[in-house]
Amino acid sequence: MTDRTPDRTPGFSTLAIHAGAQPDPTTGARATPIYQTTSFVFEDVDHAASLFALQTFGNIYTRIGNPTNAVLEERVAALEGGTAGLAVASGHAAQVIVMHCLMQPGEEFVASKKLYGGSINQFNHAFKNFGWNVVWADPDDVTSFERAITPKTKAIFIESIANPGGVITDIEAIGKIAKSAHVPLIVDNTLATPYLCRPIEYGADIVVHSLTKFLGGHGNSIGGLIVDAGTFNWSREKRYPMLSEPRPEYQGIVLHETFGNFAFAIACRVLALRDIGPALSPFNAFLILTGIETLPLRIQRHCENALAVAHWLVNHSAVAWVSYPGLPVDRYYGLARKYVPKGAGSVFTFGLKGGYDAGVKLVSNVTLFSHLANIGDTRSLIIHPASTTHRQLTDAQKTQAGAGPDVVRLSIGLEDKDDIIADLEQGLTA
Amino acid sequence: MKSIALVGISPRDNRPSYFAFKYLLERGYRMIPVNPGQAGHDILGRPVYARLADIPEPVDMVDIFRAPQYALAVVQEALALTPRPQVIWMQLGVRSDEAAALAEQHGLKVVMNRCPKIEYGRLSSEIAWMGVNTRTLSSKRAKLLPGGIQRMSLDRTTMAGGATDASTRAQRNDEKT
Repeated sequence: MTDRTPDRTPGFSTLAIHAGAQPDPTTGARATPIYQTTSFVFEDVDHAASLFALQTFGNIYTRIGNPTNAVLEERVAALEGGTAGLAVASGHAAQVIVMHCLMQPGEEFVASKKLYGGSINQFNHAFKNFGWNVVWADPDDVTSFERAITPKTKAIFIESIANPGGVITDIEAIGKIAKSAHVPLIVDNTLATPYLCRPIEYGADIVVHSLTKFLGGHGNSIGGLIVDAGTFNWSREKRYPMLSEPRPEYQGIVLHETFGNFAFAIACRVLALRDIGPALSPFNAFLILTGIETLPLRIQRHCENALAVAHWLVNHSAVAWVSYPGLPVDRYYGLARKYVPKGAGSVFTFGLKGGYDAGVKLVSNVTLFSHLANIGDTRSLIIHPASTTHRQLTDAQKTQAGAGPDVVRLSIGLEDKDDIIADLEQGLTA
Repeated sequence: MKSIALVGISPRDNRPSYFAFKYLLERGYRMIPVNPGQAGHDILGRPVYARLADIPEPVDMVDIFRAPQYALAVVQEALALTPRPQVIWMQLGVRSDEAAALAEQHGLKVVMNRCPKIEYGRLSSEIAWMGVNTRTLSSKRAKLLPGGIQRMSLDRTTMAGGATDASTRAQRNDEKT
């Protein structure tokens, strides 16, 4: 047998199409089949016992693993440069699963205060019910992360590009703080996608995604994914017993010892997903996989359209300000050049001189933009946070959350940019 | 590569040495368990030997499932065999540069800090069922063996070993501190 091992890594677009997906071994089907089944037959009693004890690779039950989902897991892990992945029902589920493997009641994690509002809610409310206590830090002052660390700190959580304001986080600087504190750095890479930014290259130990947004990309499926970078030494200080101690659930197996550099992804699957249960439907995995095949092409167009719209808005007489890190005047332009040189994504905010009423009028007047609470669709999307997602807050709270009365958030789609701009023009002048 | 002596096997079925042995046995390798404390007993139907020198047949590869400080002695034992094995494999977490250098001086191939079960799983794509990045691509169907086993094959693009750049870098940094 000849060893045909080229010592090279295929490019991003090749991985986006091929990673994880071989022709089906039984039928030869070239597209990844949708294995829409709850369960998988065992060869015999011994095979079943080996599977349940994590002693061999294979499928048991779709809550724990599924062959369609497995293709998606390997695909995203390959694109991020990680050792393994785990697909779950949503981005929020991914965050619960990750924290379940890291945190004990009464412990803390440090999080950027500039995050997707849904994550802020989850950390402030749901996680506190589990006794997982968030301590907020300011990504515009990275030393605030260092100051927030205590002996109870178990992780640091940031977003690469923060939703909705177009904040670029200095991943490498915060990664160094995590490393010296011996805690893993978790990066939500939803808005950038691995096409624009690969956080593992800057020190992330765990990457989480809402697949719902640009990875799926077509606004049709909710999903989440966890990538294990394979970089954290779980056994060093034994502060992560899910990874470093014999597990009573699995006859005393030690996951880090057994699975090495992909032990965290295994812990997420066999300790957290198995017992908490937010499994992804294989049908959703199939749709998201199809979306990922065109990720590089789509993101290029998203960024090109977003930059054109941002330039146009800057010069519009009704617009007070535009927060898009792809603009040379933007405060995050320098960080954007470092972390997302191919483009600054397509989700950003701008302010209207006419305030709250002008925002309400714009979302009512547009006819191509869809007024809804999602991002990362082929379609252009718009929302006025002050009258929708953030309406229960006081004006002061709204402004602090980046959702002041004048703020409009856009997610620029893949339509012709002239049509996108024309719709905003008529919406602003009507 | 057909016969593998696994030095340091545990008789306990929750230990990685036991289930790596079992996995490779099921995939057709001639597995030979070595552990002085278990000599005279059987593990998975195979007689256990106390030392490599006691094995009454040629061995192609010696898989070292012992702490790094014992690796050199195992390599010395392996080099005393006739015929000599062709490969010294040190398990995940086992690295001994001294043992590796000695084996390589005598023309043996050496692998350190890897698991043959995991590598078989990568090259058969079986490990991908667990969401693991195999770091391989292939437009060919996996070959099936009886019992639902996907056979290892090299008809694939393989990216320089199972560990990613980031995980290799992290481990080197760990070793320095």
